[in-house]
Amino acid sequence: MNKRLLGAAALVLASLIFNPAWAQEGPEVDRTATGGAQTLEDIMRRQEQQKLDDSFRSENLGNPEKAAPITEQLGTRGGVSNADTWRAIRYNQIDPTVQSPGPANGVMIQDGGISWYKLREGPIITWGGGALLGIIVLLVVFYFVRGKIMIDGGPAGTTIERFKAIERFGHWLLAGSFIALGVTGLLTLMGRSFLIPVIGHDAFSTLAVGSKWLHNNIAWAFMLGLVMTFVMWVAHNIPDKLDWQWIKAGGGIFTKGHPSARKFNAGQKVVFWTVMLLGVSVSLSGLSLLFPFQMPLFGDTFGVINSILGTGLPTELTPHEEMQYANIWHSIVAFVMMLAIIAHIYIGTIGMEGAFDAMGSGQVDLEWARQHHDLWVEEEEAKQGKGGSS
Amino acid sequence: MKVMISAFVAALIIASLAPVVLNQFGWSSAEQGSSESVRLD
Repeated sequence: MNKRLLGAAALVLASLIFNPAWAQEGPEVDRTATGGAQTLEDIMRRQEQQKLDDSFRSENLGNPEKAAPITEQLGTRGGVSNADTWRAIRYNQIDPTVQSPGPANGVMIQDGGISWYKLREGPIITWGGGALLGIIVLLVVFYFVRGKIMIDGGPAGTTIERFKAIERFGHWLLAGSFIALGVTGLLTLMGRSFLIPVIGHDAFSTLAVGSKWLHNNIAWAFMLGLVMTFVMWVAHNIPDKLDWQWIKAGGGIFTKGHPSARKFNAGQKVVFWTVMLLGVSVSLSGLSLLFPFQMPLFGDTFGVINSILGTGLPTELTPHEEMQYANIWHSIVAFVMMLAIIAHIYIGTIGMEGAFDAMGSGQVDLEWARQHHDLWVEEEEAKQGKGGSS
Repeated sequence: MKVMISAFVAALIIASLAPVVLNQFGWSSAEQGSSESVRLD
């Protein structure tokens, strides 16, 4: 299972760095005419974003061991010419002394930002935004096809306590902060493309500054909510054989009967673990972005993936590349979470009669509880010596 | 619903306090990117 997860993660991560256009291998370039320097053909291939072996430049940084005596040309520079020095700067092969502090300031040229920007403005917005619209359309279709899931035979009229106040508090802390993060994150990601043409630069600037403040700071409430809900509900979300029965019955969504479930059914467990695993991932990448250059994650992660899967992901990343990977990963994980949560919100509100009460008042109709969580009701009634609260 | 509203308020309070607390711990984005002699704040 771990290997599958890692394989999936590697596939997603690999997709971030392998541009299809780069996969086009080209013929060996004859550079004798330029004395080994790049040719017009190299420049054209780079402009066409074709794969280009840069080692003829990145490894041509001068040779201090063959330094000329101090009295000769290049002697004072230790066998390194200006061109050699600039190539070393270009490929981050020197350790310069800079006047302003900070881990990223010593990297003078870093061109990964172009790929990052293209990915962010292109596939991330297109696929992410398309997926959000897609799930909304799917749920609308589902609503009209299946209709609202009603309580068979109508409500019992008596209630049973489904969630305590502290459980609901943790849920709403997580939910409220997640919605705020989702909205402000989308504004930050898509605002330049979609809002500036509508509301103009000035209005968007105010909105963007406010969004950034809220996004950066309400993230702590999200992380607290994540920890609270994990601690309170993890024991009820351990997968068991009953979940397989529930899945085989399709959760009873398209059938008359209701498969048995304890406090959480298999569908809810999927939502729980999706939120927990992706929540931790989005929090870590978010912290990496919140404290720029202080928490590099991807170089080490790629190293672990390489050691397990034998892949060749880059492990020596500049501080800027770490931020670029963190930003893209943060966006992808957030989109997947939003898709899951939109479906969760649907089934918890308009999709099912009586479901919202569980998180609204904490008291659910006894008949609803018996139909959707029969074994949990039995456990609760056994605890209370028969006869649920009303 | 009271619990829901109070959780939303709590989220906003946490958001308001977060930058203050981070400053107390000595972290600010300005500090990360510049030395004391050139910082304007």
